Amino acid sequence: MMSNMKTMFDLNKIDSQGGKVETTNQHAEQVAVNALEVRNLNFYYGSFQGLKEINLDIEQGKVTAFIGPSGCGKSTLLRTLNRMYDLYPGQRAEGEINFYGQNILEPGQDLNLLRSRIGMVFQKPTPFPMSIYENIAFGVRLYEKLSRSEMDERVEWALNKAALWNEAKDKLNQSGLSLSGGQQQRLCIARGVAVKPSVILLDEPTSALDPISTGKIEELINELKHEYTIAIVTHNMQQAARVSDYTAYMYLGSLVEYGKTDEIFIKPKRKETEDYITGRFG
Amino acid sequence: MNNTSNIDKNIFAQRKRANKIGLTLSMGAMLIGMVFLLWILSVLLFKGFSAISLDLFTHSTPAPGSEGGGLANAIVGSLLLVGTCTFFSTPIGVLAGLYLSEYGDRSRVAAITRFVTDIMLSAPSIVIGLFVYAFIVAQARHFSGWAGTVALALIAIPVVVRTTENMLRLVPGSLREAAYALGTPKWKVAFKVTLRAAQSGVMTGILLALARVSGETAPLLFTALNNQFFSTNMNAPMANLPVVIFQFAMSPYDNWVELAWGGALLITFAVLGLNILARVVFREKVQG
Repeated sequence: MMSNMKTMFDLNKIDSQGGKVETTNQHAEQVAVNALEVRNLNFYYGSFQGLKEINLDIEQGKVTAFIGPSGCGKSTLLRTLNRMYDLYPGQRAEGEINFYGQNILEPGQDLNLLRSRIGMVFQKPTPFPMSIYENIAFGVRLYEKLSRSEMDERVEWALNKAALWNEAKDKLNQSGLSLSGGQQQRLCIARGVAVKPSVILLDEPTSALDPISTGKIEELINELKHEYTIAIVTHNMQQAARVSDYTAYMYLGSLVEYGKTDEIFIKPKRKETEDYITGRFG
Repeated sequence: MNNTSNIDKNIFAQRKRANKIGLTLSMGAMLIGMVFLLWILSVLLFKGFSAISLDLFTHSTPAPGSEGGGLANAIVGSLLLVGTCTFFSTPIGVLAGLYLSEYGDRSRVAAITRFVTDIMLSAPSIVIGLFVYAFIVAQARHFSGWAGTVALALIAIPVVVRTTENMLRLVPGSLREAAYALGTPKWKVAFKVTLRAAQSGVMTGILLALARVSGETAPLLFTALNNQFFSTNMNAPMANLPVVIFQFAMSPYDNWVELAWGGALLITFAVLGLNILARVVFREKVQG
Protein backbone atom coordinates (compact mmCIF):
# COMPACT_ATOMS: atom_id res chain seq x y z
CA MET A 1 0.00 0.00 0.00
CA MET A 2 2.88 2.32 0.84
CA SER A 3 4.53 2.01 -2.55
CA ASN A 4 1.12 2.39 -4.09
CA MET A 5 0.69 5.71 -2.36
CA LYS A 6 4.08 6.90 -3.51
CA THR A 7 3.32 6.54 -7.16
CA MET A 8 -0.12 8.12 -6.94
CA PHE A 9 -0.15 11.70 -8.04
CA ASP A 10 -2.40 14.46 -9.18
CA LEU A 11 -2.11 14.62 -12.93
CA ASN A 12 -2.37 18.36 -12.82
CA LYS A 13 0.36 18.84 -10.27
CA ILE A 14 3.16 16.60 -11.42
CA ASP A 15 6.66 17.60 -12.32
CA SER A 16 8.54 16.00 -15.16
CA GLN A 17 9.73 13.17 -12.93
CA GLY A 18 6.22 12.35 -11.76
CA GLY A 19 5.11 8.80 -12.12
CA LYS A 20 8.58 7.65 -12.98
CA VAL A 21 9.04 4.00 -12.18
CA GLU A 22 11.27 3.28 -9.24
CA THR A 23 13.87 0.74 -10.09
CA THR A 24 14.25 -0.77 -6.64
CA ASN A 25 13.44 -4.29 -7.68
CA GLN A 26 13.28 -5.62 -4.13
CA HIS A 27 9.84 -4.12 -3.65
CA ALA A 28 8.60 -4.75 -7.14
CA GLU A 29 8.42 -8.46 -6.44
CA GLN A 30 6.13 -7.97 -3.51
CA VAL A 31 3.62 -5.43 -4.72
CA ALA A 32 2.56 -5.24 -8.33
CA VAL A 33 1.57 -1.66 -9.10
CA ASN A 34 -0.72 -0.93 -12.00
CA ALA A 35 0.20 2.06 -14.10
CA LEU A 36 -3.09 1.92 -15.94
CA GLU A 37 -6.37 0.27 -15.06
CA VAL A 38 -9.00 0.05 -17.78
CA ARG A 39 -12.54 -0.42 -16.49
CA ASN A 40 -15.67 -1.12 -18.55
CA LEU A 41 -14.28 0.75 -21.51
CA ASN A 42 -16.50 1.22 -24.55
CA PHE A 43 -15.31 3.14 -27.56
CA TYR A 44 -17.26 4.50 -30.48
CA TYR A 45 -16.34 5.75 -33.94
CA GLY A 46 -19.54 7.68 -34.53
CA SER A 47 -22.19 4.99 -34.21
CA PHE A 48 -19.78 2.08 -34.70
CA GLN A 49 -18.63 0.48 -31.48
CA GLY A 50 -14.89 -0.17 -31.72
CA LEU A 51 -14.30 -1.47 -28.19
CA LYS A 52 -16.68 -3.43 -25.99
CA GLU A 53 -16.48 -3.58 -22.20
CA ILE A 54 -12.72 -3.75 -21.93
CA ASN A 55 -11.27 -4.51 -18.47
CA LEU A 56 -7.51 -4.75 -18.17
CA ASP A 57 -4.60 -3.75 -15.92
CA ILE A 58 -1.27 -2.60 -17.25
CA GLU A 59 1.39 -3.32 -14.69
CA GLN A 60 4.11 -0.84 -13.94
CA GLY A 61 7.55 -1.72 -15.29
CA LYS A 62 6.25 -4.51 -17.51
CA VAL A 63 5.60 -4.91 -21.21
CA THR A 64 2.00 -5.57 -22.15
CA ALA A 65 1.27 -6.66 -25.72
CA PHE A 66 -2.05 -6.36 -27.55
CA ILE A 67 -2.50 -8.91 -30.30
CA GLY A 68 -5.35 -9.87 -32.59
CA PRO A 69 -6.42 -9.82 -36.23
CA SER A 70 -6.70 -6.55 -38.17
CA GLY A 71 -9.61 -4.41 -37.03
CA CYS A 72 -9.91 -6.12 -33.65
CA GLY A 73 -9.47 -2.84 -31.80
CA LYS A 74 -5.94 -3.27 -30.47
CA SER A 75 -4.73 0.05 -31.88
CA THR A 76 -7.98 1.72 -30.82
CA LEU A 77 -7.41 0.55 -27.26
CA LEU A 78 -3.85 1.90 -27.32
CA ARG A 79 -5.08 5.24 -28.63
CA THR A 80 -7.56 5.60 -25.79
CA LEU A 81 -4.71 5.32 -23.26
CA ASN A 82 -3.32 8.76 -24.17
CA ARG A 83 -6.64 10.04 -25.53
CA MET A 84 -5.21 10.35 -29.02
CA TYR A 85 -8.74 9.81 -30.32
CA ASP A 86 -9.68 13.21 -28.91
CA LEU A 87 -8.14 14.83 -31.99
CA TYR A 88 -10.98 13.50 -34.10
CA PRO A 89 -14.56 14.65 -33.71
CA GLY A 90 -17.06 11.81 -33.53
CA GLN A 91 -14.79 9.48 -31.59
CA ARG A 92 -15.60 8.96 -27.93
CA ALA A 93 -14.82 6.65 -25.04
CA GLU A 94 -17.00 5.64 -22.09
CA GLY A 95 -15.87 3.97 -18.90
CA GLU A 96 -12.76 4.53 -16.87
CA ILE A 97 -9.05 4.50 -17.53
CA ASN A 98 -7.20 5.08 -14.29
CA PHE A 99 -3.65 6.34 -14.59
CA TYR A 100 -2.20 5.91 -11.11
CA GLY A 101 -5.66 6.43 -9.73
CA GLN A 102 -6.66 9.37 -11.92
CA ASN A 103 -9.44 8.74 -14.40
CA ILE A 104 -8.03 10.22 -17.59
CA LEU A 105 -11.38 10.00 -19.37
CA GLU A 106 -12.87 12.59 -17.05
CA PRO A 107 -13.56 15.92 -18.68
CA GLY A 108 -11.19 18.73 -17.81
CA GLN A 109 -7.98 16.70 -17.94
CA ASP A 110 -5.06 18.56 -19.45
CA LEU A 111 -4.47 16.38 -22.48
CA ASN A 112 -1.11 17.89 -23.36
CA LEU A 113 0.16 17.16 -19.87
CA LEU A 114 -1.33 13.67 -20.02
CA ARG A 115 0.42 12.96 -23.31
CA SER A 116 3.72 14.18 -21.91
CA ARG A 117 3.34 11.47 -19.21
CA ILE A 118 2.10 8.76 -21.58
CA GLY A 119 4.23 8.88 -24.71
CA MET A 120 3.53 7.15 -28.00
CA VAL A 121 5.51 5.83 -30.95
CA PHE A 122 3.75 5.12 -34.22
CA GLN A 123 3.85 2.52 -36.96
CA LYS A 124 5.63 4.73 -39.46
CA PRO A 125 8.68 6.68 -38.30
CA THR A 126 7.65 10.33 -37.96
CA PRO A 127 10.74 12.49 -37.44
CA PHE A 128 9.93 16.20 -37.35
CA PRO A 129 11.32 18.32 -40.19
CA MET A 130 14.26 19.55 -38.13
CA SER A 131 17.70 18.39 -37.01
CA ILE A 132 18.24 15.22 -34.98
CA TYR A 133 19.12 17.36 -31.94
CA GLU A 134 16.05 19.57 -32.35
CA ASN A 135 13.81 16.53 -32.80
CA ILE A 136 14.64 15.53 -29.25
CA ALA A 137 14.91 19.01 -27.73
CA PHE A 138 11.49 19.95 -29.14
CA GLY A 139 9.51 17.78 -26.74
CA VAL A 140 11.77 18.50 -23.76
CA ARG A 141 11.38 22.27 -24.17
CA LEU A 142 7.61 21.97 -23.93
CA TYR A 143 7.71 21.16 -20.24
CA GLU A 144 11.22 21.91 -18.99
CA LYS A 145 13.52 24.88 -19.05
CA LEU A 146 17.03 23.53 -19.43
CA SER A 147 20.34 25.27 -19.97
CA ARG A 148 22.22 24.54 -23.14
CA SER A 149 24.55 22.06 -21.43
CA GLU A 150 21.70 20.34 -19.62
CA MET A 151 19.88 20.01 -22.93
CA ASP A 152 23.00 18.58 -24.58
CA GLU A 153 23.17 16.02 -21.80
CA ARG A 154 19.49 15.16 -22.14
CA VAL A 155 19.77 14.68 -25.89
CA GLU A 156 22.78 12.40 -25.45
CA TRP A 157 21.00 10.49 -22.68
CA ALA A 158 17.88 9.98 -24.80
CA LEU A 159 19.84 8.93 -27.88
CA ASN A 160 21.77 6.48 -25.72
CA LYS A 161 18.53 5.07 -24.34
CA ALA A 162 17.37 4.48 -27.90
CA ALA A 163 20.74 2.94 -28.90
CA LEU A 164 21.21 5.64 -31.51
CA TRP A 165 23.94 7.78 -29.95
CA ASN A 166 26.87 6.06 -31.68
CA GLU A 167 25.27 6.38 -35.08
CA ALA A 168 24.00 9.93 -34.62
CA LYS A 169 26.54 11.70 -32.44
CA ASP A 170 28.49 13.11 -35.39
CA LYS A 171 25.45 14.42 -37.24
CA LEU A 172 23.23 15.91 -34.59
CA ASN A 173 22.68 18.97 -36.77
CA GLN A 174 21.59 17.01 -39.80
CA SER A 175 17.94 16.59 -40.64
CA GLY A 176 16.15 13.77 -38.85
CA LEU A 177 14.89 12.76 -42.28
CA SER A 178 18.44 11.91 -43.38
CA LEU A 179 18.45 8.81 -41.16
CA SER A 180 17.43 5.34 -42.37
CA GLY A 181 13.97 4.02 -41.54
CA GLY A 182 15.14 1.99 -38.57
CA GLN A 183 17.22 4.87 -37.25
CA GLN A 184 14.28 7.24 -37.70
CA GLN A 185 12.12 4.94 -35.60
CA ARG A 186 14.76 4.84 -32.87
CA LEU A 187 14.93 8.64 -33.07
CA CYS A 188 11.17 8.71 -32.46
CA ILE A 189 11.64 6.42 -29.45
CA ALA A 190 14.46 8.68 -28.19
CA ARG A 191 12.17 11.68 -28.64
CA GLY A 192 9.47 9.97 -26.61
CA VAL A 193 11.90 8.85 -23.89
CA ALA A 194 13.52 12.32 -23.67
CA VAL A 195 10.46 13.89 -22.05
CA LYS A 196 10.68 11.18 -19.34
CA PRO A 197 7.15 9.83 -19.49
CA SER A 198 6.05 7.04 -17.19
CA VAL A 199 4.29 4.99 -19.86
CA ILE A 200 5.33 4.45 -23.48
CA LEU A 201 2.76 3.23 -26.00
CA LEU A 202 4.12 1.53 -29.11
CA ASP A 203 1.73 1.15 -32.04
CA GLU A 204 3.19 -1.55 -34.30
CA PRO A 205 6.62 0.11 -34.01
CA THR A 206 8.44 -2.40 -36.21
CA SER A 207 5.93 -3.22 -38.94
CA ALA A 208 7.60 -0.80 -41.39
CA LEU A 209 11.12 -1.97 -40.58
CA ASP A 210 13.52 -4.66 -41.78
CA PRO A 211 14.39 -7.65 -39.51
CA ILE A 212 17.68 -6.17 -38.27
CA SER A 213 16.09 -2.86 -37.26
CA THR A 214 13.23 -4.82 -35.72
CA GLY A 215 15.73 -6.80 -33.66
CA LYS A 216 17.33 -3.60 -32.40
CA ILE A 217 14.00 -2.13 -31.37
CA GLU A 218 13.01 -5.32 -29.57
CA GLU A 219 16.28 -5.20 -27.62
CA LEU A 220 15.47 -1.62 -26.83
CA ILE A 221 12.07 -2.56 -25.45
CA ASN A 222 13.74 -5.06 -23.15
CA GLU A 223 16.08 -2.31 -21.93
CA LEU A 224 13.42 0.33 -21.50
CA LYS A 225 11.03 -1.79 -19.47
CA HIS A 226 13.30 -1.49 -16.46
CA GLU A 227 12.36 2.16 -16.19
CA TYR A 228 9.15 2.58 -18.12
CA THR A 229 5.83 0.88 -18.40
CA ILE A 230 5.31 -0.23 -21.97
CA ALA A 231 2.23 -1.20 -23.96
CA ILE A 232 2.79 -2.49 -27.48
CA VAL A 233 0.43 -3.31 -30.30
CA THR A 234 1.80 -5.88 -32.68
CA HIS A 235 0.44 -8.08 -35.43
CA ASN A 236 3.48 -10.27 -35.09
CA MET A 237 2.80 -12.99 -32.52
CA GLN A 238 6.42 -14.04 -32.25
CA GLN A 239 7.23 -10.46 -31.36
CA ALA A 240 4.61 -10.44 -28.63
CA ALA A 241 6.04 -13.71 -27.29
CA ARG A 242 9.58 -12.35 -27.40
CA VAL A 243 9.14 -8.95 -25.79
CA SER A 244 6.09 -8.95 -23.56
CA ASP A 245 5.33 -10.00 -19.99
CA TYR A 246 1.57 -9.86 -20.46
CA THR A 247 -0.48 -10.45 -23.57
CA ALA A 248 -4.03 -9.42 -24.40
CA TYR A 249 -5.77 -11.18 -27.26
CA MET A 250 -8.52 -9.11 -28.80
CA TYR A 251 -11.15 -9.97 -31.35
CA LEU A 252 -13.94 -7.81 -32.82
CA GLY A 253 -13.51 -5.10 -30.21
CA SER A 254 -13.60 -7.43 -27.23
CA LEU A 255 -10.84 -8.61 -24.97
CA VAL A 256 -10.93 -12.39 -25.38
CA GLU A 257 -8.11 -13.37 -23.09
CA TYR A 258 -5.56 -11.59 -20.99
CA GLY A 259 -2.74 -13.00 -18.90
CA LYS A 260 0.94 -13.70 -18.54
CA THR A 261 2.51 -14.08 -21.98
CA ASP A 262 3.92 -17.52 -21.15
CA GLU A 263 0.50 -18.81 -20.19
CA ILE A 264 -1.25 -17.29 -23.19
CA PHE A 265 1.21 -18.81 -25.62
CA ILE A 266 1.74 -22.17 -23.93
CA LYS A 267 -1.70 -23.05 -22.64
CA PRO A 268 -4.33 -20.49 -23.52
CA LYS A 269 -7.58 -20.89 -21.62
CA ARG A 270 -9.84 -20.07 -24.51
CA LYS A 271 -10.24 -21.99 -27.74
CA GLU A 272 -10.34 -18.74 -29.85
CA THR A 273 -6.98 -17.62 -28.48
CA GLU A 274 -5.45 -21.01 -29.21
CA ASP A 275 -6.79 -20.95 -32.77
CA TYR A 276 -5.31 -17.54 -33.41
CA ILE A 277 -1.96 -18.27 -31.83
CA THR A 278 -1.52 -21.57 -33.64
CA GLY A 279 -2.38 -19.89 -36.92
CA ARG A 280 -5.62 -21.74 -37.54
CA PHE A 281 -7.39 -18.41 -37.69
CA GLY A 282 -6.48 -14.80 -38.39
CA MET B 1 0.23 -24.55 -78.54
CA ASN B 2 0.51 -20.83 -78.27
CA ASN B 3 -2.17 -18.72 -76.76
CA THR B 4 -1.65 -15.70 -79.05
CA SER B 5 -3.72 -17.53 -81.63
CA ASN B 6 -6.96 -16.75 -79.84
CA ILE B 7 -6.37 -12.99 -79.84
CA ASP B 8 -8.72 -11.31 -82.27
CA LYS B 9 -6.43 -9.53 -84.75
CA ASN B 10 -9.11 -6.98 -85.58
CA ILE B 11 -9.55 -5.87 -81.99
CA PHE B 12 -5.80 -5.60 -81.61
CA ALA B 13 -5.41 -3.48 -84.76
CA GLN B 14 -8.33 -1.33 -83.72
CA ARG B 15 -6.74 -0.64 -80.35
CA LYS B 16 -3.44 0.29 -81.97
CA ARG B 17 -5.30 2.67 -84.29
CA ALA B 18 -7.15 4.28 -81.38
CA ASN B 19 -3.85 4.68 -79.58
CA LYS B 20 -2.31 6.41 -82.60
CA ILE B 21 -5.25 8.79 -82.98
CA GLY B 22 -5.13 9.70 -79.30
CA LEU B 23 -1.40 10.29 -79.41
CA THR B 24 -1.66 12.44 -82.56
CA LEU B 25 -4.40 14.59 -81.06
CA SER B 26 -2.54 15.23 -77.83
CA MET B 27 0.71 15.95 -79.65
CA GLY B 28 -1.19 18.39 -81.89
CA ALA B 29 -2.69 20.18 -78.92
CA MET B 30 0.73 20.47 -77.32
CA LEU B 31 2.24 21.79 -80.56
CA ILE B 32 -0.38 24.54 -80.88
CA GLY B 33 0.41 25.69 -77.36
CA MET B 34 4.15 25.50 -77.90
CA VAL B 35 4.04 27.32 -81.25
CA PHE B 36 2.28 30.34 -79.78
CA LEU B 37 4.44 30.41 -76.67
CA LEU B 38 7.65 30.26 -78.70
CA TRP B 39 6.28 32.79 -81.19
CA ILE B 40 5.55 35.27 -78.40
CA LEU B 41 8.91 34.65 -76.78
CA SER B 42 10.87 35.01 -80.03
CA VAL B 43 9.12 38.25 -81.05
CA LEU B 44 9.71 39.55 -77.55
CA LEU B 45 13.37 38.60 -77.63
CA PHE B 46 13.85 39.98 -81.14
CA LYS B 47 12.20 43.33 -80.50
CA GLY B 48 13.05 43.73 -76.83
CA PHE B 49 16.66 42.71 -76.85
CA SER B 50 17.81 45.77 -78.77
CA ALA B 51 16.15 47.97 -76.12
CA ILE B 52 18.13 46.41 -73.30
CA SER B 53 20.99 48.73 -72.46
CA LEU B 54 22.49 50.39 -69.43
CA ASP B 55 20.30 53.44 -70.07
CA LEU B 56 17.23 51.27 -69.53
CA PHE B 57 18.21 50.84 -65.88
CA THR B 58 19.66 54.29 -65.20
CA HIS B 59 17.36 56.75 -66.98
CA SER B 60 13.74 57.48 -66.24
CA THR B 61 10.95 57.40 -68.80
CA PRO B 62 11.44 60.15 -71.40
CA ALA B 63 9.06 63.07 -71.94
CA PRO B 64 7.03 63.05 -75.15
CA GLY B 65 9.21 63.99 -78.11
CA SER B 66 12.54 63.71 -76.29
CA GLU B 67 15.19 61.20 -77.29
CA GLY B 68 16.48 58.13 -75.40
CA GLY B 69 15.37 57.55 -71.83
CA GLY B 70 15.02 54.38 -69.80
CA LEU B 71 12.73 52.58 -67.38
CA ALA B 72 14.55 53.15 -64.06
CA ASN B 73 11.51 54.79 -62.42
CA ALA B 74 9.19 52.02 -63.62
CA ILE B 75 11.56 49.22 -62.54
CA VAL B 76 11.99 50.67 -59.04
CA GLY B 77 8.24 51.38 -58.84
CA SER B 78 7.38 47.81 -59.80
CA LEU B 79 9.87 46.43 -57.28
CA LEU B 80 8.37 48.65 -54.55
CA LEU B 81 4.79 47.73 -55.41
CA VAL B 82 5.44 44.01 -55.69
CA GLY B 83 7.71 44.09 -52.62
CA THR B 84 5.18 45.80 -50.34
CA CYS B 85 2.45 43.56 -51.74
CA THR B 86 4.49 40.47 -50.81
CA PHE B 87 5.27 41.91 -47.39
CA PHE B 88 1.58 42.24 -46.55
CA SER B 89 0.04 39.32 -48.42
CA THR B 90 2.49 36.64 -47.24
CA PRO B 91 1.60 36.67 -43.51
CA ILE B 92 -2.11 37.18 -44.21
CA GLY B 93 -2.20 34.45 -46.84
CA VAL B 94 -0.12 31.94 -44.88
CA LEU B 95 -2.07 32.48 -41.65
CA ALA B 96 -5.40 32.16 -43.46
CA GLY B 97 -4.19 28.98 -45.15
CA LEU B 98 -3.05 27.66 -41.78
CA TYR B 99 -6.48 28.43 -40.33
CA LEU B 100 -8.27 26.64 -43.18
CA SER B 101 -6.14 23.53 -42.94
CA GLU B 102 -5.44 23.20 -39.20
CA TYR B 103 -8.22 25.01 -37.36
CA GLY B 104 -11.30 25.65 -39.50
CA ASP B 105 -11.23 22.37 -41.39
CA ARG B 106 -14.90 21.48 -41.88
CA SER B 107 -16.41 24.48 -40.08
CA ARG B 108 -18.83 26.87 -41.75
CA VAL B 109 -16.45 29.82 -41.53
CA ALA B 110 -13.78 27.81 -43.30
CA ALA B 111 -16.18 26.70 -46.02
CA ILE B 112 -17.21 30.30 -46.65
CA THR B 113 -13.60 31.50 -46.62
CA ARG B 114 -12.67 28.82 -49.12
CA PHE B 115 -15.59 29.74 -51.39
CA VAL B 116 -14.77 33.46 -51.29
CA THR B 117 -11.09 32.76 -51.91
CA ASP B 118 -11.94 30.65 -54.94
CA ILE B 119 -14.06 33.47 -56.36
CA MET B 120 -11.28 35.96 -55.69
CA LEU B 121 -8.84 33.66 -57.49
CA SER B 122 -10.81 33.88 -60.69
CA ALA B 123 -12.11 37.45 -60.32
CA PRO B 124 -11.08 39.65 -63.28
CA SER B 125 -8.23 41.83 -62.05
CA ILE B 126 -9.89 44.93 -63.48
CA VAL B 127 -12.74 44.45 -61.02
CA ILE B 128 -10.25 44.47 -58.16
CA GLY B 129 -8.67 47.62 -59.64
CA LEU B 130 -12.05 49.35 -59.78
CA PHE B 131 -12.86 48.29 -56.22
CA VAL B 132 -9.63 49.79 -54.86
CA TYR B 133 -10.20 52.87 -57.00
CA ALA B 134 -13.64 53.38 -55.47
CA PHE B 135 -12.58 52.77 -51.89
CA ILE B 136 -9.08 54.24 -51.70
CA VAL B 137 -8.26 56.40 -54.72
CA ALA B 138 -11.64 58.15 -54.90
CA GLN B 139 -11.69 58.72 -51.11
CA ALA B 140 -8.12 60.06 -50.98
CA ARG B 141 -8.69 62.01 -54.20
CA HIS B 142 -5.36 60.95 -55.66
CA PHE B 143 -3.67 57.88 -57.14
CA SER B 144 -0.97 56.33 -54.96
CA GLY B 145 1.55 53.54 -54.66
CA TRP B 146 -0.26 52.23 -51.56
CA ALA B 147 -3.49 51.85 -53.52
CA GLY B 148 -1.49 49.82 -56.05
CA THR B 149 -0.10 47.66 -53.25
CA VAL B 150 -3.58 46.98 -51.91
CA ALA B 151 -4.88 46.02 -55.35
CA LEU B 152 -1.97 43.66 -55.96
CA ALA B 153 -2.30 42.17 -52.46
CA LEU B 154 -5.98 41.41 -53.11
CA ILE B 155 -4.87 39.39 -56.12
CA ALA B 156 -1.94 37.69 -54.36
CA ILE B 157 -3.61 36.73 -51.06
CA PRO B 158 -6.05 34.14 -52.49
CA VAL B 159 -3.20 32.44 -54.36
CA VAL B 160 -1.13 32.22 -51.17
CA VAL B 161 -4.12 31.07 -49.09
CA ARG B 162 -5.03 28.20 -51.37
CA THR B 163 -1.50 26.95 -52.04
CA THR B 164 -0.67 27.14 -48.33
CA GLU B 165 -3.80 25.18 -47.45
CA ASN B 166 -3.14 22.56 -50.10
CA MET B 167 0.49 22.17 -49.09
CA LEU B 168 -0.43 21.81 -45.41
CA ARG B 169 -2.96 19.14 -46.33
CA LEU B 170 -0.19 17.13 -47.95
CA VAL B 171 1.57 16.88 -44.56
CA PRO B 172 0.70 13.39 -43.27
CA GLY B 173 -1.63 13.28 -40.28
CA SER B 174 0.80 10.90 -38.60
CA LEU B 175 3.29 13.77 -38.23
CA ARG B 176 0.69 15.89 -36.42
CA GLU B 177 -0.27 12.94 -34.22
CA ALA B 178 3.37 12.39 -33.35
CA ALA B 179 3.66 15.99 -32.22
CA TYR B 180 0.45 15.79 -30.17
CA ALA B 181 1.68 12.54 -28.64
CA LEU B 182 4.54 14.46 -27.00
CA GLY B 183 2.04 16.77 -25.35
CA THR B 184 2.52 19.62 -27.81
CA PRO B 185 -0.15 22.32 -27.70
CA LYS B 186 -2.08 22.81 -30.92
CA TRP B 187 -0.60 26.14 -31.98
CA LYS B 188 2.90 24.74 -31.65
CA VAL B 189 1.98 21.69 -33.70
CA ALA B 190 0.60 23.97 -36.41
CA PHE B 191 3.47 26.45 -36.52
CA LYS B 192 6.53 24.44 -35.57
CA VAL B 193 5.76 21.07 -37.09
CA THR B 194 3.10 21.21 -39.80
CA LEU B 195 4.02 24.58 -41.31
CA ARG B 196 7.69 23.68 -41.14
CA ALA B 197 7.09 20.39 -42.91
CA ALA B 198 5.27 22.26 -45.68
CA GLN B 199 7.55 25.28 -45.84
CA SER B 200 8.98 24.76 -49.30
CA GLY B 201 5.51 24.19 -50.72
CA VAL B 202 4.34 27.37 -49.03
CA MET B 203 7.37 29.25 -50.41
CA THR B 204 6.46 27.99 -53.87
CA GLY B 205 2.95 29.40 -53.45
CA ILE B 206 4.33 32.79 -52.45
CA LEU B 207 6.69 32.86 -55.44
CA LEU B 208 3.89 31.93 -57.83
CA ALA B 209 1.70 34.68 -56.37
CA LEU B 210 4.60 37.09 -56.88
CA ALA B 211 4.94 35.99 -60.49
CA ARG B 212 1.23 36.40 -61.05
CA VAL B 213 1.15 39.88 -59.51
CA SER B 214 4.25 41.28 -61.23
CA GLY B 215 2.57 41.27 -64.62
CA GLU B 216 -0.80 42.70 -63.57
CA THR B 217 -1.71 45.90 -65.43
CA ALA B 218 -5.42 46.55 -65.00
CA PRO B 219 -5.47 46.95 -61.21
CA LEU B 220 -2.51 49.34 -61.35
CA LEU B 221 -4.11 51.53 -64.03
CA PHE B 222 -6.79 52.46 -61.50
CA THR B 223 -4.55 52.74 -58.46
CA ALA B 224 -0.83 53.49 -58.78
CA LEU B 225 -1.40 54.91 -62.25
CA ASN B 226 1.99 56.10 -63.54
CA ASN B 227 4.62 58.69 -62.85
CA GLN B 228 6.88 60.20 -65.44
CA PHE B 229 9.51 60.92 -62.81
CA PHE B 230 11.55 58.83 -60.44
CA SER B 231 9.63 58.55 -57.15
CA THR B 232 9.70 56.29 -54.14
CA ASN B 233 6.84 58.07 -52.41
CA MET B 234 4.16 55.45 -51.84
CA ASN B 235 1.58 58.19 -51.25
CA ALA B 236 2.00 59.55 -54.75
CA PRO B 237 1.31 58.02 -58.15
CA MET B 238 4.05 55.58 -58.95
CA ALA B 239 5.60 54.40 -62.19
CA ASN B 240 5.49 50.65 -62.83
CA LEU B 241 6.42 48.40 -65.70
CA PRO B 242 3.01 47.05 -66.75
CA VAL B 243 1.36 50.48 -67.04
CA VAL B 244 4.41 51.98 -68.78
CA ILE B 245 4.30 49.14 -71.30
CA PHE B 246 0.57 49.70 -71.79
CA GLN B 247 0.99 53.43 -72.42
CA PHE B 248 4.24 53.35 -74.40
CA ALA B 249 3.31 50.46 -76.68
CA MET B 250 0.37 52.46 -78.04
CA SER B 251 2.28 55.74 -78.37
CA PRO B 252 3.41 57.25 -81.69
CA TYR B 253 7.03 57.72 -80.56
CA ASP B 254 9.52 55.11 -81.75
CA ASN B 255 11.75 55.31 -78.67
CA TRP B 256 8.68 54.81 -76.42
CA VAL B 257 7.62 51.72 -78.36
CA GLU B 258 11.11 50.31 -78.08
CA LEU B 259 11.14 50.92 -74.32
CA ALA B 260 7.81 49.10 -74.08
CA TRP B 261 9.37 46.06 -75.75
CA GLY B 262 12.33 46.25 -73.39
CA GLY B 263 10.02 46.45 -70.37
CA ALA B 264 7.96 43.51 -71.62
CA LEU B 265 11.12 41.45 -71.96
CA LEU B 266 12.20 42.39 -68.43
CA ILE B 267 8.88 41.36 -66.90
CA THR B 268 8.82 38.11 -68.86
CA PHE B 269 12.28 37.20 -67.65
CA ALA B 270 11.39 38.15 -64.08
CA VAL B 271 8.28 35.94 -64.17
CA LEU B 272 10.22 33.13 -65.84
CA GLY B 273 12.90 33.44 -63.16
CA LEU B 274 10.33 33.32 -60.36
CA ASN B 275 8.69 30.24 -61.88
CA ILE B 276 12.02 28.45 -62.19
CA LEU B 277 12.93 29.42 -58.63
CA ALA B 278 9.56 28.07 -57.43
CA ARG B 279 10.24 24.75 -59.15
CA VAL B 280 13.72 24.50 -57.68
CA VAL B 281 12.48 25.27 -54.17
CA PHE B 282 9.71 22.70 -54.49
CA ARG B 283 12.00 20.03 -55.90
CA GLU B 284 14.39 20.46 -52.99
CA LYS B 285 11.55 19.65 -50.63
CA VAL B 286 10.56 16.50 -52.45
CA GLN B 287 14.11 15.19 -52.35
CA GLY B 288 14.95 16.41 -48.85
